[in-house]
Amino acid sequence: MSHLDELEAESVYVLREAFAKLERPAILWSLGKDSNVVLWLTRKAFFGHVPFPVMHVDTGKKFKEMYAFRDRYAKEWNLNFIREECPPVEMTDPTLPPAARSAARKTLGLKAALAKHQFTGLVAGIRRDEEAIRAKERYFSPRSEDGSWNLKDQPPEVFEQYMTSFPPGVHVRIHPLLHWTELDIWRYTKRENIPAIDLYFAKNGMRYRSLGDEDITKPVPSTASTIDEIIAELETTKVAERSGRAMDHEAEDSFERLRATGYL
Amino acid sequence: MPDHSGQKLAIVIVGSVDHGKSTLIGRLLHDTGSLPEGKFEALQAMSTKRGMPFEWAFALDAMQAERDQGITIDTARIRFATRKRDYIIIDAPGHREFLKNMVTGASAADAALLLVDAEEGVREQSRRHAYVLHLLGIRQVAVLVNKMDLVGFDADRFGKVAEAIRGNLNALDIEPTHIIPIAARDGDNLATKSQRMLWYQGPAVVDVLDEFHPRTRGIEAPLRLPVQDVYKFDQRRIIAGRIESGRLEAGQQILFSPSGKVVKIASVEAWNVPEPPTSAVAGAAVGITLDEQVFVERGEIISHVENPPVLTNVFRGKLFWLSKKPLEVGRSYTLKLATVEAPVVVEKIEKVIDTTDLGERQMERVERDEAAEVIFRSTRMLALDEYRSVPGTGRFVLVDDYLTVAAGLVSMEGYPDQRRQLAVKATNVHAVGHAVTREARTLRNGHAGGVLWLTGLSGAGKSTLALALERELFAKGWHVYVLDGDNVRSGLNRDLGFGPEDRAENIRRIGEVAALFADAGFLVVTSFISPYRTDRQRAREAAGERFREIYVKASLEACEARDPKGLYRKARSGAITDFTGIQAPYEEPEHPDVIVETDRQSEAECIEVLMNFVRQQFAI
Ligand SMILES: Nc1nc2c(ncn2[C@@H]2O[C@H](COP(=O)(O)OP(=O)(O)OP(=O)(O)O)[C@@H](O)[C@H]2O)c(=O)[nH]1
Ligand SMILES: [Mg+2]
Repeated sequence: MSHLDELEAESVYVLREAFAKLERPAILWSLGKDSNVVLWLTRKAFFGHVPFPVMHVDTGKKFKEMYAFRDRYAKEWNLNFIREECPPVEMTDPTLPPAARSAARKTLGLKAALAKHQFTGLVAGIRRDEEAIRAKERYFSPRSEDGSWNLKDQPPEVFEQYMTSFPPGVHVRIHPLLHWTELDIWRYTKRENIPAIDLYFAKNGMRYRSLGDEDITKPVPSTASTIDEIIAELETTKVAERSGRAMDHEAEDSFERLRATGYL
Repeated sequence: MPDHSGQKLAIVIVGSVDHGKSTLIGRLLHDTGSLPEGKFEALQAMSTKRGMPFEWAFALDAMQAERDQGITIDTARIRFATRKRDYIIIDAPGHREFLKNMVTGASAADAALLLVDAEEGVREQSRRHAYVLHLLGIRQVAVLVNKMDLVGFDADRFGKVAEAIRGNLNALDIEPTHIIPIAARDGDNLATKSQRMLWYQGPAVVDVLDEFHPRTRGIEAPLRLPVQDVYKFDQRRIIAGRIESGRLEAGQQILFSPSGKVVKIASVEAWNVPEPPTSAVAGAAVGITLDEQVFVERGEIISHVENPPVLTNVFRGKLFWLSKKPLEVGRSYTLKLATVEAPVVVEKIEKVIDTTDLGERQMERVERDEAAEVIFRSTRMLALDEYRSVPGTGRFVLVDDYLTVAAGLVSMEGYPDQRRQLAVKATNVHAVGHAVTREARTLRNGHAGGVLWLTGLSGAGKSTLALALERELFAKGWHVYVLDGDNVRSGLNRDLGFGPEDRAENIRRIGEVAALFADAGFLVVTSFISPYRTDRQRAREAAGERFREIYVKASLEACEARDPKGLYRKARSGAITDFTGIQAPYEEPEHPDVIVETDRQSEAECIEVLMNFVRQQFAI
């Protein structure tokens, strides 16, 4: 099996475990390259079908290209699509730095959506290589009733046996892309011909490597205007993927604080 | 050109707390140019902020708590590439408190680097980690003797530490591929050879990584495809799962275990592939359709007919215990093995192993961080493999109260494959028109149904023994039930009095009910004086060959002296009449299957006699 086949098989296995073991799972669709790969892998796992609701927790501040992409593929891929809104920024923790507060809105929106739909599991396309804290994640990662992540006492995950049953009130985050890298994502996107938002490709010497809210996401200098060029760029670049995401860099512990309270 | 298309190799870094594992990784990333831009400066800032000299470990130790305490709490995985290939480097915590996280990390590894501090030498936790590697079947290990700067790069000191750790590893049947002196913080012997230890002739760490081999899922091994799910999203009914070993092809005949169904693969299914596949190999997450619609479920294992997994309801687990709550004999846990989940009961703890000195002890419980060999019994038939023949279906975890409490490997040494027995019995199933046979119940329960008929004088100790026996057997996973005056008189025999006819009828009904219980697979223990041979003979006829007569013997004097319910006193005073032994006869059994003499043997001795008898007569 090739490298990409192996990555794919691992993710498919995780998604099928989620489907087999969880009562009400949903996929979180952030419209970016990673969650598009999650949707694609879901169709691989279930032979063309997406047997989970697909939810976009909308900050209302995404790029217009992202909304256009969402509306088109929700239809084209025949998704059971749910859109939920985030509360205003005033409701977030005022001690967080500004961009982190913006990100925290999404956590609140997520909590409200969870309560409303009573989901017991959320599939999210995070990867270990994005951020050092995420490198410590589990494939099946429990979140307590208030959504918080007890990162100092995570369950053992041995022999590909995941935590698939929980006390009442606990929900689980499922991370089928944990073992992928940014480079893997683009190589797979190319091999499978998965559609990607235009913002990832360079215009006027700049491109987005990671897509978040428009006001706190910055493009990076790049001339890569095709997937092949992106792959070539990533094979040599030393710029961190999330360097354009302001919320990661405001303070040493911002990302950990965000995640501990329920951010992805 | 490096080959990054092939299999990645996963390497776990283990060793005692503070011996420099995270530092090694951070420094290695830096020296091989793998840190992203700005990371070095960020590490610098984190260290300065905490008033520490530069800490490479912060590249891995991402939690605030980890940085503040200078300790790794949870395992982390990062991707890394040498000129030769891609790696997953797994950082493991060294502190004893976080051993379960170390096990999580190590369980995913193909090979390991074991770090030992040159100054501190081999610690208890170094040996414990080595044991975990051994238990998880990780046989490729290189040793790094770190902080050579603290011992003045002394070759003798290196030699001493190397010798000690080599001895520890050899005791576990592991021969280290290399033992390398390093100074992780300064990069000595990591990416390039150090100029400060010219006496060392061997390779640097990076070169050693490239020598390890991935532990692949064996394509040439027998086919094992655990059924993960069965889908019916459209007109196709697809059996989904990941192939643990071997290969399959459309048109082949396959066997489902433990159900024993044999069908043909009609097709191999896939979505969005250039060409529809007709075969698949180990590692692939596949879907297949069958040429015949048979009922199968998650948890079965698909194999070829000629090379099936073992069928058994008892197995030995060589395990590592992760929970604060000890493992105990008689307790039930959820077994997760491939895709099957089944309750299992701890039948026996064969030995407990102290992982720091390999001492073996006989214990009734297994505490956290201990290894043990434990016999488990399941109420249903399990399909599994010896770990050594097929790792994917020969390893398991145990779950208790939602949490994984153990990781272990299957060893079937001394236990027969029950497949042949089942195959013979399966022909009988057809003969009696698909009824569930007595044999099938016996196999599932792990024992035959039967009646242990306790007879003896009032006060001889029947109820005491019956209840103690029930507790013992139940704890060992037996299906056991006691019938005594209390649960029979209040319902089934409510209409009966204590006259001679009613007593006979009482015993007749109990005999019939006990026989039905035995038919249903239970071991029934009855506890009635049943003084007349004819009555007991009738009970024997009802239950047939599964009836055993147990004479609970004690002299009349002894019983009268005990008189637990004061009945003898009442009988002597005439307050009750027809009392067995006083006004009515007790007919001793002529040929009891067992006699226990409660006025000569202790209760424990009686129970031991009875337990041995029950095992010998009814266990499979
Ligand atoms: N003098 C010296 N110190 C070192 C060397 N390597 C690591 N250290 C120091 O040893 C301390 C512990 O290093 P870590 O990398 O955190 O140790 P660890 O093995 O990862 O510890 P845990 O993960 O908590 O088990 C740090 O202060 C390092 O700077 C070395 O080669 N020489
Ligand atoms: Mg560490």
